[in-house]
Amino acid sequence: MMPFTMPSLIAVDWWALGAVIALSVGAMLLLVLEFVPAPPASNRGAFVTLLALLAAAGSVLEVRDARRSLFDGMFLHDGFTVFFTVLFCVIGAVAVLQSWDYVKRTRINHGEYYALLLSSTLGMVLMAASNDLITIFLGLELMSLALYVLVGFRRTRLDSSEAAMKYFLLGAFASGFLLYGIALLYGATGTTNLAKVAMFLADSPMIGNPMLIVGGLLLLVGFGFKVAAVPFHMWTPDAYEGAPTTVTGYMSAGAKAAGFAALLRVLLVAFPPLMSEWRPILSWIAALTMTVGNVTALLQTNVKRMLAYSSIAHAGYLLVAVVAGGLDGGSAALFYLAVYSFMNLGAFGVLALLGRGAEERVTIKDLAGLGFRSPMLGLAMTVFMLSLGGVPPTSGFMGKVYLFSVAVKAGLIPLVIVGVLNSVVSVFYYLRVTVAMYMQEPGAEPVEIAWAPSAAIAVVITLALTLWWGVQAQDLLTTAQRSILGLL
Amino acid sequence: MTEYVPVLLFLLVAIGFAGGTIGLSSLIVPRRRNAVKNSSYECGVEPVGDALQRFTVKFYLVAVLFILFDIEAVFLYPWAVTFRRLGLYGLIEMALFIVILFVGYVYLLRKRALEWD
Repeated sequence: MMPFTMPSLIAVDWWALGAVIALSVGAMLLLVLEFVPAPPASNRGAFVTLLALLAAAGSVLEVRDARRSLFDGMFLHDGFTVFFTVLFCVIGAVAVLQSWDYVKRTRINHGEYYALLLSSTLGMVLMAASNDLITIFLGLELMSLALYVLVGFRRTRLDSSEAAMKYFLLGAFASGFLLYGIALLYGATGTTNLAKVAMFLADSPMIGNPMLIVGGLLLLVGFGFKVAAVPFHMWTPDAYEGAPTTVTGYMSAGAKAAGFAALLRVLLVAFPPLMSEWRPILSWIAALTMTVGNVTALLQTNVKRMLAYSSIAHAGYLLVAVVAGGLDGGSAALFYLAVYSFMNLGAFGVLALLGRGAEERVTIKDLAGLGFRSPMLGLAMTVFMLSLGGVPPTSGFMGKVYLFSVAVKAGLIPLVIVGVLNSVVSVFYYLRVTVAMYMQEPGAEPVEIAWAPSAAIAVVITLALTLWWGVQAQDLLTTAQRSILGLL
Repeated sequence: MTEYVPVLLFLLVAIGFAGGTIGLSSLIVPRRRNAVKNSSYECGVEPVGDALQRFTVKFYLVAVLFILFDIEAVFLYPWAVTFRRLGLYGLIEMALFIVILFVGYVYLLRKRALEWD
């Protein structure tokens, strides 16, 4: 029997755990608050959520340079954790600002909305901070279960329920694959701790053990589903289209970043010895993901659906960075994730403003003439589209430049060629949105714009970050490099 | 891999037993078909409609709640066994766990999820 050492409550670094505590207390508080009467116009839920997110981000930033291993090495507080915790909290805060008015307008303003948002943020934080396959799975499930419900939150709409059902069924399958992969890895290595898996593999003749390989592959299936990589992307367009627009923005940024955080930690901490096995597989997945995502996006007329395929394509670019690996590849992935999150959130934030009441008008036709009817919104959307397409002087351009240059340095010339060609293709469908906004007359029933102060703040924040990182990328880059160092 | 041999043996015995009994009984069973014999419940209960109908979602809710509190019990038992060794730390951990579950319980009580009508 293993000797059991009693953990001391005083020795726990409370700051390092602060994010987890703030998010879980906030989520529970919101559930209880549901039963305390409030004036109908109050936005108490959104307010509590913002506070919890702020507290979480502040608490990890308080100890950002510390490195702590908590709960028998299951929970790791390091630069990587801090980077992602702050990223998730800011993504969550922007999503709250976007939802502030949106949920009231579309009549889905239930307290559970924000409780679920906080729970799924907590799941993401756990995924990034986990140093153990079991806790990664726990975080992933917490994030996913909350997202399944959020996707189906417009429950009177058929497409929302359908989206939630599809996302839930496929997601449950993917979780099953992931769990089976974990079980096989445990069988092969005798541990679920990532660092111990790495130690086992380093001096083991069992590298070619089929159980190990199959386990690793099943793990890739599970993560591939969460980040929407081809061929595990089938759920993405339906789920993104059916979900409330603010939720789509939140999950396209947060869930993808969380999936990549877990994937990066697993690959860079536990599986460097198996690099020759997973690199070719991931290369093919990356090439396929970029191509299928971009080519299918060309055919879409619904902008939400188009952005769903575009998010698949971006998962492909990110996988190129993961394949490159090491300090450069890792920091390129972190950099690109931060950049991608905010330009994507911004684009969905603009879409969330269109339409009166619960109606949803997000086809390219609905955007016609928007650039003249609301210059500010048109400009913001244009910047987001250019950034997603990777046109200077936006953050998307810097992200792609850094990502592809890292990939060239790692010798992944064919992947870079595929990636650059894909970027060129993608500019076409992003520009189609801009063309509609500035060069087409609005239709007979021009779309109504539901301005709200909080949504305007969200647009300004995302726009500012997208432009700022386009001209001044050095700070973010240094942070990304410092954050990945702890993993190597 | 030698430690998996008993598992393999167990699997073979299981398949053999299941296949053997079904195969043998299909060989020697007397066959007397009539209307009552072929109905769903041979014991005499009249089947009403067929099984492919919509069930109320409340059943699902009850199942989920059952799993929730079932899990709570699963965690409480090992804690009770090792209570002395875990001491105060274990007590606080368990209290936290139960408080979190309790918040969920209060929530579903107030949402009247436990009322059938």
